[in-house]
Amino acid sequence: MHAGQLPGSPADHKTPIMSDTPGSSDTRLRHWELFTGFFQAGILGFGGVLPVARRMLVDQRRWLTQAQFNDLFSLCQFMPGANIVNFCFAFGARHRGVSGAAAAVLGLMGAPVCIVMGLGLLYARYGGLPAAQHALTGLAAAAAGLVLGTALRIASPIFAERKTIPLSAAVFALVMFAHLSLPVTMAIILPVSLFVAWRSA
Amino acid sequence: MSGILAALALLFGKLSLLAIGGVNSTLPEIAREVVSERHWLSPAQFAQLYAISNAAPGPNVMISTVIGAHMAGAAGGVVATLGMILPSGILVIIASQLWERYRETRWRRIIQAALLPITAGLILAAAGVLARQADTGALTAVLTLITAGAIWRTGLHPLWLLGAGALVGLLTS
Repeated sequence: MHAGQLPGSPADHKTPIMSDTPGSSDTRLRHWELFTGFFQAGILGFGGVLPVARRMLVDQRRWLTQAQFNDLFSLCQFMPGANIVNFCFAFGARHRGVSGAAAAVLGLMGAPVCIVMGLGLLYARYGGLPAAQHALTGLAAAAAGLVLGTALRIASPIFAERKTIPLSAAVFALVMFAHLSLPVTMAIILPVSLFVAWRSA
Repeated sequence: MSGILAALALLFGKLSLLAIGGVNSTLPEIAREVVSERHWLSPAQFAQLYAISNAAPGPNVMISTVIGAHMAGAAGGVVATLGMILPSGILVIIASQLWERYRETRWRRIIQAALLPITAGLILAAAGVLARQADTGALTAVLTLITAGAIWRTGLHPLWLLGAGALVGLLTS
């Protein structure tokens, strides 16, 4: 649906993710597409769904450009709740209302919830085995790298605007090293960030 | 049984609305509730269940699924999961409609420009916190950095990298 646009081009910020105008209903994704798209992201989302979901939405199915993805994701991150599940609710609702949100979330969560409960049973029985412990250690380290790599992909276009770097660095340090809770971090950084954005708007 | 289901729904419903910045930034609060306050789990059990929720595919909100399932079986898992995703999900649907409606207004663009650097900082911090938990030695740290580089710079599928990580863990034991 956005085949003519280059991901990340500056014009993307002005392109609505879903047009609200009447008569544009043909560009809306169907329930089945929402379900299967997020099913794919959920079932392949080892160590966090964000990398796979971004890949599915932006690179593979091209439902969103990089800029559109960042736009909606930053809203979901600002709101309480799991970021990627929030994203699913918002994206599904924009296309097909509440039932679209339900289709997307069910696609994302249905299979993983069954798998994780099955794993819980397996772990209770075999988790103490040394081989399982070693494999889990390596898996966890790679999963952390997955999140880091995705963080770099998301952050690098934002850092093209140089004045964002000190703000991001401050958020990073407050959460990572000062161990401040998120509401407190927001209360400190958001006014500064709003002021910077207001001055340059 | 219905008493514990109600308790799970209420607890995770509350945590859902407290989870600003996502599940990872809320983990200390979840641990405080189910370990220190309610004594549902020992610290070791909490760490093990967290590892399980990470070993499965799917969003990290499934820490609520495994805790719920541990407490009250499959019904507990489903109730805890719904408790964790529904309140914030409904809120975000409403917020995203407003977000879209006021797209062209100046204040909307200022807020967005202000949020982007915070988004970047938070997701980098989440990666840092995860790496701090997962990287117990030089080998795991290198594994994390190589995986990060591969994801950042190549189109390699995440599943290959995770499989390689598990294999390296297994072979170097």
